[in-house]
Amino acid sequence: MNILTVQNLSKQFAIHHLNRQVHAFSDLNFTLEAGQFLLVSGPNGVGKSTLLRCLYRTYLPSGGQAWFNSTHGRIDLAHAADVDIIHLRRDEIGHVTQFLHPRPRVSALELVAEPLEAAHALKGQAQQAQHEAGALLQSFGLKPELWPAYPTTFSGGEQQKVNLARALAHRHRLLLLDEPTASLDAQARAALVQRLRELKAQGVAMIGVFHHPEDVRELIDGEIRLTGV
Amino acid sequence: MVILNKETTVVPASEPRRPSSLPSPIFLNSPQLVTTPPLLEVRGLVKRYGKTVVAVDGVDVLAYPGEVLGIVGESGSGKSTVLRLLNLEELPDSGRYQLNLPKRSSLSGVDLFTLERYAKREVRTFQIGIVYQNPHLGLRMRNTSSGNVAERLIVAGERNYGILREAAKQSLDASEFPLSRMDDPPYQLSGGMQQRVQLAKAIALKPPLLLLDEPTTGLDVSVQALVLDTLKRLQRESGITMVIVSHDLGVIRMLADRVMVMRHGRVVEQGLTDQVLEDPQDAYTQQLVHAKL
Repeated sequence: MNILTVQNLSKQFAIHHLNRQVHAFSDLNFTLEAGQFLLVSGPNGVGKSTLLRCLYRTYLPSGGQAWFNSTHGRIDLAHAADVDIIHLRRDEIGHVTQFLHPRPRVSALELVAEPLEAAHALKGQAQQAQHEAGALLQSFGLKPELWPAYPTTFSGGEQQKVNLARALAHRHRLLLLDEPTASLDAQARAALVQRLRELKAQGVAMIGVFHHPEDVRELIDGEIRLTGV
Repeated sequence: MVILNKETTVVPASEPRRPSSLPSPIFLNSPQLVTTPPLLEVRGLVKRYGKTVVAVDGVDVLAYPGEVLGIVGESGSGKSTVLRLLNLEELPDSGRYQLNLPKRSSLSGVDLFTLERYAKREVRTFQIGIVYQNPHLGLRMRNTSSGNVAERLIVAGERNYGILREAAKQSLDASEFPLSRMDDPPYQLSGGMQQRVQLAKAIALKPPLLLLDEPTTGLDVSVQALVLDTLKRLQRESGITMVIVSHDLGVIRMLADRVMVMRHGRVVEQGLTDQVLEDPQDAYTQQLVHAKL
């Protein structure tokens, strides 16, 4: 089943104080089916993260369309209303980055349980959400003693484990992965690949930027190679 | 092009940089998946003071049920004036204000600015809660904290002391206020605690809309973080719709789903919080965002 059809997508940044535009990419076309994994590759600064952010709408695409087959119908992510994007981000589109945004006084377990509870499937079931959150943190190798602790005091790698558990807790329809293996040890990288393998088998469509694509070689169905100036 | 079986798509080199006119603004569609109307619908708000000061110059405000809308801008941008107008404390020079409540009510389709004084007071009691930057504006500093919260319920018609006390307790608890101090007057409390009493008072009658005017400005940084966390939890658990005014982008980033940037009484940009903060389109917003320490 088609999940995403990108047509002529382009992104420029307007730098007002320099009265200049910076081009990221233009006329990008590709499709993505359920259960497919596309790797985005290219040199540093070419626009790989920018592409993912455009699809997540952290950046506003400058032109083109990104037709997403949501559970409620087809919608162009590039021009969708903000409230629709908020709705989609809650349940259907996930974005994994290499940075955790810890919140003051929120424990690792709570950070992971929160999106589980917010999503439709487990709404209002705090205990069940916490149980599943614990299982995820365990699989990524975060010691149970750290679950009630605040991630602001964790190492980079530990924070990334919380970040991944949080982002991958809920099964999205479309998952955007931006360098998720950064700062991870070998065990956590393997846990990540395993989790992605499970999600892929469950039909999650994925687009990923990986600094070391050999980690996910077995999962790749196709590649989008961006070449810059 | 369809990508299957490890085919590779090569995107041609992007066009060389050129000094050029800046890209045209991007227009977004109307909501398609979210079919409930906005809870708060304000159009064409204008407020002048005297002949020369235009504090609010044609502002629309939409807030959907369960979302947090941030309004950010420098001092003098008009953001607090907008909030006072939303709280029906003042009348605008023009504009229409509608609350689209989930159940059919006498307020359906009514412009709240046209209500008579008593009806306005009813709206401010039952439909809107407000937390001011200065707790002196929202609290009676020499009454007890629980008394401050209970006053809200008394205004709504409750007279039973037991019920008043229990309801005040629940509200203070939801605001993460230490119940051991519920009979202390606010003037004896720290700034952060005073804000919690204001919050408890604002949510006592479980209104659908909560307005917050710089709720953590002036508090110690560590206390700020705690109060913001309380607000976030409360919002998540109750699903209350919030409009929060702040000049602090960190507060907005933490709490708001969408944000409006105001300057000289006008909205210069609005959108998803992460989008406005990370990919600001407007020149002023770019300056504002890049000025953050």
